[in-house]
Amino acid sequence: MWTLFHKFGSPPWLYRLSGSILRWLLPITLLALVGGAVWGVLFTAPDFRQGNSYRIIYIHVPAAVVALAGYYVMAIAGAVSLIWRMKMADIAMRACAPIGAALTFVALVTGSIWGKPTWGTWWVWDARITSMLILLFLYLGVVALYEAYENKALAAKACAILSLVGTVNIPIIYKSVDWWYSLHQPASIKFTGGSTIDPSMLYPLLFMITAFYCLFTCALLLNMRVEILQREQRTAWVRALANKGAAG
Amino acid sequence: MYFNSLAAALQMDGHGAFVWSAYFITIGVVAMMVYAPRRREQRFLRQLEGQIRRSEGGNPPGASKEV
Repeated sequence: MWTLFHKFGSPPWLYRLSGSILRWLLPITLLALVGGAVWGVLFTAPDFRQGNSYRIIYIHVPAAVVALAGYYVMAIAGAVSLIWRMKMADIAMRACAPIGAALTFVALVTGSIWGKPTWGTWWVWDARITSMLILLFLYLGVVALYEAYENKALAAKACAILSLVGTVNIPIIYKSVDWWYSLHQPASIKFTGGSTIDPSMLYPLLFMITAFYCLFTCALLLNMRVEILQREQRTAWVRALANKGAAG
Repeated sequence: MYFNSLAAALQMDGHGAFVWSAYFITIGVVAMMVYAPRRREQRFLRQLEGQIRRSEGGNPPGASKEV
């Protein structure tokens, strides 16, 4: 266990491991995303009330779910970076921010597009949507904060604190549809009690959520690889890699 | 397939523009998520290779070993 923990702290080891994981995970993920989207868009029946517009669910919900989960990953990495000063945790935290921002952006834009035919408006300032917008600003805040500091050790500390403070927003997003009156529908998939979504719609949705988790993992590893190279550019192994002209 | 024709799949009873635009935007963002870091990595390695060459006095890598 400690050996593994120690290995995760080794940049060349993680760089090589991520390369071999991405070689098979990335094509599988892209295939799963295309397959899941085709399944949801073309092979499911329309919703009884919303008609065909509901098909946006297969990207909107997975993007939102993974954007929220990604924030936990970023906050945990931030905590590890603060407590144990682990370089790889700092790199993971920083790598999470642009991915989380992209996924939150997808959730907000697709939700807005879904809102027009369903609610008759592109945007409402209700609790769920506003708290998701705050999530986007938190992700962008971590990206901007890191760039704002000349001293990167200080930047990492400030980003870790911001990501930890921002976790207060996550339960608010989850519970917003229960706590406040909202146009947004409550959760359809429940771990306890029955889900209120038909299995023919649930299975492609669960498939797409899994595919989005894989996408998050791939994007995280891809971003971490760049960070590792930039931080380790003075080491012999990165210079040897550059000399080889190898990018894989 | 649920739809009888390609036209029906594109139109989706008037919801096609919403559904397809949402999917196309997502495809664009996902493509950027995968492509951008790969491009940054390759560009960085090329820049570093150039730096190493310059620091070795304009000789290609490995040339100093032969001198």
